[in-house]
Amino acid sequence: MPFKPVILWTDALVYLLVAVVIALALYIRGHEHLRAPWRSVARNASGMAAGTVLVFFVAIGLVDSFHYRTAVSVKDGKTVYAVEVLSALDAIVEPLRTRKEKTYSSPLATHLYAKETMELPDGRTARDYPRLKHGGAHLGNPEAEFASDIAGNALRGAAAGAALWGAVALLLCVLLARRRHAGVGAAWRAVWRGETEVPWRAVLVTLALVLVAGGVLAALSVKYHVLGTSKVGQDVLYLSLKSIRTGLVIGTLTTLIMLPFALLLGVMAGYFRGWVDDVIQYLYTTLSSIPGVLLIAAAVLMMQVYIDTHPELFETVTERADLRLLFLCIILGITSWTGLARLLRGEALKLREMEYIQAAHAFGVSHLRIIVRHILPNVMHIVLIAVVMDFSGLVLAEAVLSYVGVGVDPSMISFGTMINSARLEMAREPMVWWSLLAAFTFMLMMVLSANLFADAVRDAFDPRVKSRVLTPERLREIAADGTGTRQAGRTA
Amino acid sequence: MISYIIRRIFYAIPILVGVNLITFALFFVVNTPDDMARAQLGVKRVTPEAIGKWKEERGYHKPLLYNAQAAGRGAVTETIFFEKSVKLFVFDFGRSDQGRDIGYDIRTRMWASLAIALPVFLVGLLAYITFALLMAFFRATYVDFWGVVACVLMMSISGLFYIIGGQYLVGKLLNVVPISGYDEGADALKFLILPVLIGVVSGIGANTRWYRTIFLEEISKDYVRTARAKGLSEIRVLFRHVLQNAMIPVLTGVVVVIPLLFMGSLIAEAFFGIPGLGSYTIDAINSQDFAVVRAMVFLGSVLYIIGLILTDISYTLVDPRVRFE
Repeated sequence: MPFKPVILWTDALVYLLVAVVIALALYIRGHEHLRAPWRSVARNASGMAAGTVLVFFVAIGLVDSFHYRTAVSVKDGKTVYAVEVLSALDAIVEPLRTRKEKTYSSPLATHLYAKETMELPDGRTARDYPRLKHGGAHLGNPEAEFASDIAGNALRGAAAGAALWGAVALLLCVLLARRRHAGVGAAWRAVWRGETEVPWRAVLVTLALVLVAGGVLAALSVKYHVLGTSKVGQDVLYLSLKSIRTGLVIGTLTTLIMLPFALLLGVMAGYFRGWVDDVIQYLYTTLSSIPGVLLIAAAVLMMQVYIDTHPELFETVTERADLRLLFLCIILGITSWTGLARLLRGEALKLREMEYIQAAHAFGVSHLRIIVRHILPNVMHIVLIAVVMDFSGLVLAEAVLSYVGVGVDPSMISFGTMINSARLEMAREPMVWWSLLAAFTFMLMMVLSANLFADAVRDAFDPRVKSRVLTPERLREIAADGTGTRQAGRTA
Repeated sequence: MISYIIRRIFYAIPILVGVNLITFALFFVVNTPDDMARAQLGVKRVTPEAIGKWKEERGYHKPLLYNAQAAGRGAVTETIFFEKSVKLFVFDFGRSDQGRDIGYDIRTRMWASLAIALPVFLVGLLAYITFALLMAFFRATYVDFWGVVACVLMMSISGLFYIIGGQYLVGKLLNVVPISGYDEGADALKFLILPVLIGVVSGIGANTRWYRTIFLEEISKDYVRTARAKGLSEIRVLFRHVLQNAMIPVLTGVVVVIPLLFMGSLIAEAFFGIPGLGSYTIDAINSQDFAVVRAMVFLGSVLYIIGLILTDISYTLVDPRVRFE
């Protein structure tokens, strides 16, 4: 076989997470009362726009979660595989990964960042900025051709992005038209006037921005280093793309690991009360009284000692880094389940006094069945809100922890390690600003869209938000809801 | 009241015992002292004698829980558990793995931490509450809308960027104040301005939004409508009624961090080169000084628990309805 698939621990958990999300989505599809709050998420313009951006991040993260090792040679009938573990994303952006320069170069540069002593054709030596091996290497005379080449490539990329966007927009309008039994033109006009129930206009505008920007980036990155290169000459765009998976894994797997603890212990404490409650409360008060960063630091320090003294457990550097990432998720999960458990305990305390649960008791329904059938479905909105609200905080925490030295493995590409190295680059003269700017932009986009999406989810699921006072916006929302249901009635 | 406080302090003891056990398990059971010695001395080419010497110097050569060789009470006291964990209860932190007196280091370094953390806390609180009240005053207008947008944007930026950007802007570009360093006494002022400013700015997004939610929740209550119906001005309603009643949820989040101000901030202190407890902890993490990290974990928990007790006491001061039985 030319390659051997490698399933890292975090990969397996990511697959599990995807499977859970798909299963949940199918389940929700079949239940009208579960679909209702999601429909109100879908009506939130900023939430949908943020969701559109998130889809791209998640797609990149998922593609980056299929790992493999390529075959190098065949020895005694056995294939020997490279020690380097690559991912599907590496295969797609192969040129970005392999076209390494010697050291720093600024975005779109054709020459290296620092002067070097070079031998001229006539035998003399001179100090000058050497040409890059790959960035703009196709240009014969960079000074003259640079601007027109960049503009041409950027335009071509933007056109490709715009064409793709046009196709998506057309497809959307055709689908909308079929659902409404109207013409495609009418659907198009309805979208642009903001008359559709789901704010497609916001989605399409976001999509246009992402696709055009992505098209320009892609077109230029074939021949240049769009975001410059790092100290060892790696393309910064490649580093930024690889960082996305690390951030997503920390943000999602931590919650996946923490949820069973929080659900089980929180609901049990509230439902059974008595000594179970005392023990669980003692447990989470104790854990939460240790300041988070210090507990994480202590745990990661100990884990590092374990990894250092047991090098035989890890076949490749990637596997070691991956296990450290998983440990980090577990440690973050252990320190963060207490907050959610406390909320769930309070809710379970309230629910167990409800009449329908008293009735279930009277009918002799078992505790397990009451918890699974009656309590769990009624605390799910709290869980969902906690999950989406925690995500952005965890992505930000990764950067800080990596900076402190208790985050991901230094060999793992992440926003934290990028910022960490950027700190020394800021002190250089002239300043190396591009990797910091790249990390900043990508991280801001990811965290901002996660925050906006989380707000939309919270607004839809939190019953307290709905009982807010009436404001002009709220009145307009209610009016819009009314027309929404009427429209739905007509199409049905 | 006093009996309540005494009871609260007694409740804190089992929690501290739990924290102590967790740190003990984390530092001595997950990895043996041999592993720690090997990590400190370098994994390769380390002789058993070197490990033995390293452990002996730091008192890690004793048995974990029970010393069969020692006579009488020594069987319990001459163990790692007693010397390294139990002694933390009387704030005897012992010596760091580098041989320095941890208790002395903490006493001398905590003032630098406090010099940054206290102004950040006070100025921040004032600024956030002011902004939040402004947004609550202009609620359902464009001021409020764009205020929330700005908050969400600001809370989506990592704290690291505020520090790096602030250092670049104020220190390098404008050249107003030094970008890092610290001095004793009045000279400290010029070193403190930038970290305090950045500390306050980096918290604006999340905190202002949080206080705004609290104020809006309070504004929607019946007594506020009554106050308006009486003909009180909106300013008076906000300051006399809403602000005072919103103090309870505000206090929950605020009082608990006051004791923790002594611990300082890990990131800010490392960036600005301030010799406080935060940078002390970072140095300890980087040099794998287990004794210091263990001491800081315990100290942090003690301060947090003190903060919880203070929170409960502060409730009685602002809300006469809260009583402790």
